[in-house]
Amino acid sequence: MNEVTQAAILKLLCQRLTGLAKADFEITSETNLITQLAIDSIKLLNLIMEIEDSFDISVPVNALTDVITVRDLADLIYRIKSESK
Amino acid sequence: MSLLEKLDRAAAARKAQLPGGVGAFGIPIEAIYSATEAQIEGRKILLFGTNNYLGLSFSSECREAAHAAIDAEGTGTTGSRMANGNYSGHRALEVEFADFYHCRSSIVFTTGYQANLGTISALLGKGDVALIDGDSHASIYDGCILSGADIIRFRHNDSDDLEKRLRRLGERSKNTLIIVEGIYSMLGDQAPLAEIVNLKKQYGSLLLLDEAHSLGVLGETGQGLVEKAGLNQEVDFITGTFSKSLCGIGGYCVSNHAQLDQMRYVSHPYIFTASPSPATIAATRAALKILRAGVELRKRLWQNAEQLYSALKNIGYQLGPQPGPIVAIILDSPEQALAMWNGLMAANIYVNLILPPAAPEGKSLVRCSINAAHTPEQINYVSQVLSELYVRLH
Repeated sequence: MNEVTQAAILKLLCQRLTGLAKADFEITSETNLITQLAIDSIKLLNLIMEIEDSFDISVPVNALTDVITVRDLADLIYRIKSESK
Repeated sequence: MSLLEKLDRAAAARKAQLPGGVGAFGIPIEAIYSATEAQIEGRKILLFGTNNYLGLSFSSECREAAHAAIDAEGTGTTGSRMANGNYSGHRALEVEFADFYHCRSSIVFTTGYQANLGTISALLGKGDVALIDGDSHASIYDGCILSGADIIRFRHNDSDDLEKRLRRLGERSKNTLIIVEGIYSMLGDQAPLAEIVNLKKQYGSLLLLDEAHSLGVLGETGQGLVEKAGLNQEVDFITGTFSKSLCGIGGYCVSNHAQLDQMRYVSHPYIFTASPSPATIAATRAALKILRAGVELRKRLWQNAEQLYSALKNIGYQLGPQPGPIVAIILDSPEQALAMWNGLMAANIYVNLILPPAAPEGKSLVRCSINAAHTPEQINYVSQVLSELYVRLH
């Protein structure tokens, strides 16, 4: 999974987050993880472990400080994945 | 949003999670009679929610030592170890802890929280990696945040998952501190220490083991999981607290690494805080003596723990994965947990209510803790009440 695009990351994130959201809630790249999804800190950290495994990368917990939207998270994963090549 | 509005929003979220359950947290203990009984809401209550694992909180030796220290040295040190609060008792306790663990040296901190904060933040810095169990205590998370190191979590007690993450780190694994706990405070399970030690050697990392809940509980002399596993010389740093089996307040770090002493000059949670009071140090020294010789206390503690664990298992409760002084009943919702907590309080039994996100995997817990001073009759009574509640609440 070396050649991964931002769009592919975004798609995978939206799929994973759908499982954590209330039924019928549509997740977009601009969805706010905290205020709209009401995802608690442990759920987010567990999601990060799954993402690390999916993309074979290490995502430091402290790098999440600036993550607000789904797009922010996708950008972070893309950057880490690109740097790890 | 203003600073105060943020707190209002957090308060609203807390109340929304469990309307009517707010009183379960921080309930005032009006009088304390012994290691197993207190007065709460005007009633005599059985204590099954403390961390007083050896039941030493009313030990005559510890109380006498504390009284004598107050008479001889006063109520407080009024300063830090670095400045004007470094008494001979602090140094003596450090020598005793190093001797207890057969280690080169030890450092005493003012709280167990600060022992983790101070040790982790002194060892790690920006660019380093903290590889921590996903169920780690907040003091471990906060120590890692203070250090500025990259924080990576591995799945709870899963050494395969730990290895996967070590492998991913490549050369950075050599600048990595793996952090695990002897007994985890929520489910009461123990770390797979032998496997973790093998991995830390294989990948050239360092290992910190927090024995907060396992000190006095595991091992022949009560060192903790490190002694039970026979790995005393393999773990790089051991931290722990005085506030559980030792019935005081304070914390420690022991190590065979000569660099431990340098922490005194770089660790802000050690430097910029007042040192433990003379009474605290004296009582802790007395408790440590009892703990080291406490083979019979540990035997009684484990008999009690196994009695409650097997009784609740037989009733049909879902419990933490292994018996121990922390017996956690795992429930699907906060409402179920609150109903059980209220049912126990109505029967004059105090336990801990743990809700998400503090409880793992989005579950809620009714966390019972056992000590060496509980009688088989007290445990029978708790089992009987929980048996009735099982029928009523399922």
